[in-house]
Amino acid sequence: MLGYYLRLAWLSLKRTPAITLLMIGAIALGIGATTTTLTVYHRMSTNPIAQRNDVLRAVTLDNWSADRPWDTDHPDNAPAELTYRDALAIAQGAPASRLVVMRKTSLTAEPGAGRPPFLVVVRLATHDFFPMFDVPFAYGAGWDGKADRDGEPVAVLSKETNGKLFGGENSVGKIVRLDGREYRVIGVLADWQPTPKFYDLNNGEYDTPEDLFLPFALGATLELQPAGNVNCWKPETLAGLRDLFGSECIWHQLWAELRTPAEVERFQSYIDGYVAEQKKLGRFPRRINNRLYTVDEWLARHEVVGRDSRVLLVVSFAFLAVCVLNVVGLLLSRFLGAAGATAIRRALGASRGEIFRQHLVEVGLVGALAGIGGLALGAVGLTALQQLYSSYDRLTQLDLSMTLAAIALAVLAGLLAGLYPAWRICRVQPAGYLKTQ
Amino acid sequence: MLDMQHIIKVYRTDLVETHALRDFSVTVAEGEFVAVTGPSGSGKTTFLNIAGLLETPDGGRYQLDGDDVGTLGDDARAGIRNQRIGFIFQGFNLIPDLDVFDNVDVPLRYRGFVTRDRRARIERSLELVGLAARMRHLPSQLSGGQQQRVAIARAIAGDPRFLLADEPTGNLDSLMARQIMDLLAEINRQGTTIVLVTHDPELARRAHRNIHVMDGQVTDLKPYAARGAAPDAAVA
Repeated sequence: MLGYYLRLAWLSLKRTPAITLLMIGAIALGIGATTTTLTVYHRMSTNPIAQRNDVLRAVTLDNWSADRPWDTDHPDNAPAELTYRDALAIAQGAPASRLVVMRKTSLTAEPGAGRPPFLVVVRLATHDFFPMFDVPFAYGAGWDGKADRDGEPVAVLSKETNGKLFGGENSVGKIVRLDGREYRVIGVLADWQPTPKFYDLNNGEYDTPEDLFLPFALGATLELQPAGNVNCWKPETLAGLRDLFGSECIWHQLWAELRTPAEVERFQSYIDGYVAEQKKLGRFPRRINNRLYTVDEWLARHEVVGRDSRVLLVVSFAFLAVCVLNVVGLLLSRFLGAAGATAIRRALGASRGEIFRQHLVEVGLVGALAGIGGLALGAVGLTALQQLYSSYDRLTQLDLSMTLAAIALAVLAGLLAGLYPAWRICRVQPAGYLKTQ
Repeated sequence: MLDMQHIIKVYRTDLVETHALRDFSVTVAEGEFVAVTGPSGSGKTTFLNIAGLLETPDGGRYQLDGDDVGTLGDDARAGIRNQRIGFIFQGFNLIPDLDVFDNVDVPLRYRGFVTRDRRARIERSLELVGLAARMRHLPSQLSGGQQQRVAIARAIAGDPRFLLADEPTGNLDSLMARQIMDLLAEINRQGTTIVLVTHDPELARRAHRNIHVMDGQVTDLKPYAARGAAPDAAVA
C-alpha cells in the first residue's frame, strides 16, 4: 500500500499547491537553520581519529607556578603543552610504542623561476607523527628515526603546498628552498583535513594542518622560531631562542601511542618518576599532576565544542519546533478540509489505521520535500558562515552523513507535525460527512 | 440476512435530544429488493447508516448474516462494510482527485486484492454500468448520471451481498433516474440484496417490498404486491 499512499499523497499535495509550498517552506526553513548549526556542531565534535582513540594519549605535566594553577576554572588541569626540555627528555626515554614531540614554526618558501615567495606554516615533528596519526601519503613517505637523530634536511609537503610548488605532480626527490636552505622532498600528503586539528588544539583548533613538515631536530639546530603559542609563568630572561629552550615556558606538544593498559601504566609511572626527579632539582613546584588523555578526553578538555555552539544548536532546534508547530495547524486544516474524501474511504472499508498511515505518508512526503529545500537553505547558511568566518572553512562542509541526517530530520519533523492531524482525521465518523458531500 | 430488532437511535446535543429510531424492527431476506420510504426526518437515512454499519445503535439488536454486528468495534465494522456491503449515495460521493478507474479501485484496495484481480473487477463492473470507455475520466468530466453509475460500479466491484442505496436518483433527472433504477434492478436480479431509501413512491414501486418509516418507526411492512401492484411489472 505504500506506493498507493504515495500516489494519494502526491495528488493531495498537488490539489492545494499554495498550502503545500507553505508547509514545505516552513519545515525547510527550520531544517535549513538546523542543518547549518548541526553541521558546524558535528564537525566540531567529531573525533577525527576515532579509530585510534584508545591507543593515542596526549601527555601533560604540571610544571606551572606554585601560586596559581594553569587553568583557574579547572585547577586540576595541567598545562596543555610542555617545555622543550621536558618534551625532549620524555620523548627520548619514555617506554612507549611510539612517541611524537612537535611544535610549530613558519618559513618562507621560495619557488624560484620568478615566482614570488610565500609563507608556509611548518610542523616540526619526530618521525612517528605520520604513522601515529594515520597521515595518508599521495607520494613517498615520512622520514625515519635516523633523519630525526641526524637532523636531515628532508621535507614532507601537504597536498596544497605540493600543488603550489610543483603543480601537484610527484615531487619526491625534488628540492624545496625554505628561508634560503634546501630540503629534499621525501613525501607528499594526500588530502588530510583532521577537524578539529586534535594533535595541536592550542594553535588554531579548526585550522588546516600545516603546509609542510620537517624533522623536529632541525628546530634546534637551525634555531627556528616558534610560530604557535608560547606560555610562560616564571620570571626568566629570554634573550633568544636558546633561552627559550632552557626555560619553563611551554610550547611543545607530546603524544604517545600506548597499546595496552600495561603500557599506559608503565608510561604514567615513567613520567611521574621523571617529574619526581625534576622536583628534586627545584622544578615542578606544584603537586605531581601528570595526565594522559585519549583523543576524546583531549577534545572534551579543550571544549572544542564551545558553549555558544551548543546554545546555537538548541536555538535552531527550538526554531524547527516552532516551524513544526505552524505546520501542525496547516495540516490540521488541510486534512479536515478533505474530511469528505476520508469519510468516503472509511465508508468503503478503510480502517482507522489505514487512514492514519495514508496521512502519515503524506506528511512524510512533505517532510522529504522540505528536507531537500532545507538542504539548499542550509548550504546557503553554511556559505554565509564561510564568508563571515574564514576559520570556519572546514566546519562548514556538508558531508553525506549530514545530508542524510537533514533529510531524516525533515521527514521526522513532518511526521511529528502530522501525528495529531492524522490522528484527528482517522477518527472521522463517515456518516456525518456522506450526506453533505 | 438483515435482522434489526427494537433498534433505538438517539442524537443528543447540549440542548436537544432527537429520537431518530425508536423500537425499529425490520428484517430483509437474501435477494430481496426493499424500498424504504417516508417523509424527510422520518429516520430512513439513520436506518440505512446503522444497516451499513456507519453508525451504531443505542439499543436493540442488529444481526447481519446471523452475526451480531451492532456492538462491533470500529475496525471490525469497517471490515464488514468493505467485504459485504456496497454503498450508493444521493451525492455520488466520488473522490474528485481520482479518475473513474481509481474511484472504483478504492474499496478493492482496502480488500487486499492483487493488482490483476482488482483490474479485472474494475473493468467488469465498469462494463456493466456502461462506462468502460471512461476509465480515465475525472468525476468532474462526467454527467450526474454517469457519476452515479461510477458509484454503482464502485459499490458492486467487490461483489457485496448487500447494496445500500440512499436516494440514488435524488440528484438526477427522470431519464437518468430510470436508467439507474434499471441498473439496480439488474444487479438485484443477479442476486445482490438491495435496500433502497427513497421518498419517491414511483421508485419505491419498483422494489419487491416497501418499508414505510414514520417518526423513527416502521409503520408498514407490506410487500408492494399486497397493495395491488405486480412487483415484476414494476421492476421490469
